[in-house]
This record gives sequence, C-alpha cells and structure tokens, in this order.
Amino acid sequence: MPEKLKVNPTRMELKRLKERLKTASRGHKMLKDKSDEMIRRFVIFARENKKLREEVEQELANALQSFLLAKSTSDDFVIQEAVAMAGHEVELDLSTKNVMNVQVPKIEIKEKDVKEKYPYSFISVTSELDSSIATVSELLVKLVKLAEIEKTCNMLAMEIEKNRRRVNALEYVMIPQTQEAIKDITMKLDENERSNTVRLMKVKTIIQK
Amino acid sequence: MHSGKIAVIGDKDLILAFKAIGMEVFSATNAEDAEKLVKKLAKDYAIIYITEDLAQQIDQLLMKYKTKAYPAIIPIPSSQGSTGYGIQGIKKDVERAIGTDILFNKEN
Repeated sequence: MPEKLKVNPTRMELKRLKERLKTASRGHKMLKDKSDEMIRRFVIFARENKKLREEVEQELANALQSFLLAKSTSDDFVIQEAVAMAGHEVELDLSTKNVMNVQVPKIEIKEKDVKEKYPYSFISVTSELDSSIATVSELLVKLVKLAEIEKTCNMLAMEIEKNRRRVNALEYVMIPQTQEAIKDITMKLDENERSNTVRLMKVKTIIQK
Repeated sequence: MHSGKIAVIGDKDLILAFKAIGMEVFSATNAEDAEKLVKKLAKDYAIIYITEDLAQQIDQLLMKYKTKAYPAIIPIPSSQGSTGYGIQGIKKDVERAIGTDILFNKEN
C-alpha cells in the first residue's frame, strides 16, 4: 500500500485532487498506449536486428578468415603495404530519425565514385586477398545497416523501460494515492456535515424546551 | 559533432582488412587500451566497430553510450568466429523491453 497523502480536508483540496486524478488517469492511459506501440515497433526492429546480425557475423567471420589465410600466404610487409593506403574513404551521412519520440540514428553511406576498389597493385599480392577484400567491402553496406538498427534497438529498449517505470508509478502509486486522499476528504466532509446536523438538532431541542 | 567516419577497434591482424575498404582502424589488444580508445573515438566517430572479445571486457563502459544516437558502438566477430556476445546484446535488449525473451526461445 503506498504511503498516504497528507491533505487538508477542504472542498478546495478535494476539487484539486479530483482534477489531478483525472489528469493522472488520462496520462496513464496515454503512456500505456505509447508503451504498447513502442513494443510493437521494437519487436519488428529486434527481429530485423537478429536476422541481420546473424548474417553479418557469418559473412564477416568467413571474410576475415579468408583474409587471414591470404595474409599467411604472402609476406607480412607486402600485405601491410598493400592495404596501408585505402583506395577510398567511407563517408557517412548522419541524421536522426524520430521513432516514437526517440531520436534514433539514421546512417547512410555517401556514395562516392570508387576509383579503385583494390588499393594495391596486383603483382605483389595473391588473389585470395582480392576476394577477401571484395567480400568485406560488400559487407560494408550491411555493417552500416546493422549499426543503425542495433542502435535503434538499444535506444528503444531503454525508452520502453523508462516508459514502463512511468506507467507503473502512475498506476501503482500516484493514482491509488490520489483516490485514497479523495476518499478521505469526502468522508471527513461528510462527517463534518453530519456532526453539524446533529448539533443543529440538539440546539433546536434545547430552544424548544 | 560526429563526423561521418567509421572506426574499427580490434587486434592488428584483423583490422587490416577493414583498413583496405576505407575505415579507420585502431589496434588494441587488452581491455585498458580498448577503453581508452573508445573514450577518445566516441567524440567524433559515428560508428565504432569493436571486436566481441574486447567489447565483452569493457561492457560497463559501452553501456554508457547506449542512450545517445551517436556513436553507435557495435560488436563484431573476430576472425575466430563469433563468441555470441553480439546476439547476447540483442537478447538483453529484448528482455529489457518486453520482460521476457520472445525471439530466442525457439532455439533453446
């Protein structure tokens, strides 16, 4: 049972509390609806996130393994030199998107004309390196997408948790407390009225005698 | 503000592959290095990919960055394959949001 509110048993207070209860119940309903909708969207994102992550993990592990293999077939410094200067730099377009009033990231890869996909001459390195780098660069799009979705999931999850706390605070503390206080005041006021009536009746009988 | 750049944190062998496709790479072998790097990079990189084994060790720090839109710090598997940390993260999110795990209970 939540702690009792300390209030003055006056009509004004009663009016104020009733108003507050109305606001609280309306807020509670709205927050609950918000929570429902957020969860619905979150589940969609989470499913996508899971699927994407599984794909990325699988493909990336393969690509990295083939990269390691390629690395082992040629000299260390050859590889170092080969990849030291990237042919192009990845640039991202950053913005935020509003999902249920949560600012989630929206990331897009800026399309740049790729002058050279392979930043090295083909003489020095093996073809395994070519193919592993090709797979990694194909993965780039997915990786960025994963970053966007995973972050969205993270943030939505946080927000849902926060929202649920609000809903619970309203449902289990604020609303019962206010209702209790209203009941108290009403009873007190009724009691006053009754005692007043009784007093009047007494006075009346005394006068009549 | 964050620039549109991608950083990768991982061990030296692995990150070369990312370097070739134009991400900026930083090598870290232990949790301390990784922690310092994340703190530094979080200021201006939009996406930071970090290998799962390192991410696992600096879990506490990464939690702090979860509430803001940028940077997105994303665990990726290392060349040894996935440790399941990334999937675990999704699972945690789902549990946090819904209270129970509805996506994964089919498999296990």
